[in-house]
Amino acid sequence: MTETTSPPAVTGRRVDHRGLAEPDAQAPKIATITGQTAEFDAAGLSPRLINLELRRLLYIEGVTEVTIHNPGAQHSIAVGLLLRCRIRIDGSLGYFGCGLVDGPEIHITGRVGWSVAENMMSGVIVIDKNAGSLTGAALRGGDLVVRGHVGARTGIDQKGGTIIVGGNTGSMTGFMMQRGRQIICGDAGPGLGDSMYDGVIYVGGKVAALGVDCVEAEMTPADDEFIDRKFGIYQMERPDRFGKFVCGKKLWNYDNLEPNERKLVL
Amino acid sequence: MCGIAGIIYKGQTGDIGREMTRMLQAMRHRGPDSTGYALYGETSDLVIMRFTLADPTDHRDFDFSERLERNRRKVESRLAKLGATIDRVQGESDYAYRATFWYDGELKPLADFVEDVPGAEVLSLGHSLEIIKDLGDARTVSEQYRLDDFRGTHAIGHVRMATESDVDIAGAHPYWAYPFSDVAVVHNGQLTNYHQWRRRLERLGHRFQSECDSEIIAVYIAQLMSDGLSLETAMKQSLDDLDGVFTYLVVTENQLGVAKDEMAAKPLVLYEADDMVALASEEVAIRAVVNREIDTYDPYEREVLVWNR
Repeated sequence: MTETTSPPAVTGRRVDHRGLAEPDAQAPKIATITGQTAEFDAAGLSPRLINLELRRLLYIEGVTEVTIHNPGAQHSIAVGLLLRCRIRIDGSLGYFGCGLVDGPEIHITGRVGWSVAENMMSGVIVIDKNAGSLTGAALRGGDLVVRGHVGARTGIDQKGGTIIVGGNTGSMTGFMMQRGRQIICGDAGPGLGDSMYDGVIYVGGKVAALGVDCVEAEMTPADDEFIDRKFGIYQMERPDRFGKFVCGKKLWNYDNLEPNERKLVL
Repeated sequence: MCGIAGIIYKGQTGDIGREMTRMLQAMRHRGPDSTGYALYGETSDLVIMRFTLADPTDHRDFDFSERLERNRRKVESRLAKLGATIDRVQGESDYAYRATFWYDGELKPLADFVEDVPGAEVLSLGHSLEIIKDLGDARTVSEQYRLDDFRGTHAIGHVRMATESDVDIAGAHPYWAYPFSDVAVVHNGQLTNYHQWRRRLERLGHRFQSECDSEIIAVYIAQLMSDGLSLETAMKQSLDDLDGVFTYLVVTENQLGVAKDEMAAKPLVLYEADDMVALASEEVAIRAVVNREIDTYDPYEREVLVWNR
């Protein structure tokens, strides 16, 4: 790939010929550090510079609490953080925010785009406003809380952890879910739990349509206790009732039926 | 991947050329191949026609300039033959032109007659619509066509990552809804019943400039509107008629609409204020024109929304 200094997307940055990648970027070292806490203003910084500054604070300076101001809805912020720390993001993020993390507690005061917390292994992420589609895709552990609405395919391929949504969720929520739980306070779009293998989805509002092999099950006292505990932690208001949705276990992978026999079963 | 963006002001005008450039440039990573704009200025008595006589990738042979000049004169003479009174014809680049003229006849024969000139392609026809598209990112196209000074009421734009057709102006969005005045579309996605709809619309006499599936949407919507449907009703019907994954934006002289397929497979972020609406594939594009923390949301599956200017 040919690299050039022209045309730079932001003055003073060396970028590749597409004006996108910054091959030799360095942490800008602009944060104010006070003991174990730090904060910095991300206005005008590229995602790479924001992440370099964040990683410098957490991994080199040994800071445990960071506040990022003005993230500007940029993509791929705070990804791949594999340590316990507290991060407050004062604003909104774009796509792929906080993915592949293991351990941090992250509070986002704005909204987030697609694929927030993808592959999160442990930790807590709380989002005060809405989130886009693919929220918590392939989530493996930890709690992901969205106080507003979320888009389509929430928790697709979820393998563990808990996703809590204060508002509505779009189509194909829990698609191919394998483990973990989702608590949706509002309505769910069509295709809820389509092709889920395992796990539980609680819905407080209306369900437009169930997906293939998703069935309604009876709520148990243990389910109520779990929901109450989570709502207590995150100080959320609980809807009057929840429906509980699980895998019907009638898809082909649960039997050895021939194709036309499967059709009869479904 | 591709990126789409739209902006509409309610009851006022704005710097839509500059703003659309900022929005599209913020999404340049979604499509570096070409960039296009459909801009709506003040409605004029004149017909505004944007057209090209060659593609930027065409070989510049020794009589390239003379041939284009000859063909430009042919276009002018054909407009005059059909009864148009020409106001002016400006060269916007060495192959793209903007013509304004008085004309109250049918647009279809006019567009067909112009496109019969070798190399000619009508990008848009209307009383306020102007489609500008070319290769490169938004900043490149905006500088080339001096779009920063374009004021108007609403606009849509597109950055393209070419997948199923060539990197040329014909493959770039937006698409004008030939032969309907002032209708244009940008699309992010893929239509799987494209050939079926193309044959149907060709049987009704429509022509297509490209092999790009997105062009179908523009003509399809305009055809339904000419049959008497409102923009919103036509877009709702498209959710059943068009197969595939799509988020598309349509603009008419007075309206801007968005539709999402039943899987909500393609992204769109929406910001609505009292005086304007901005929407784009990524929030970072909206933030390029509304530089503060804002409340946005993603429309859901099978959602159709329409705003008036």
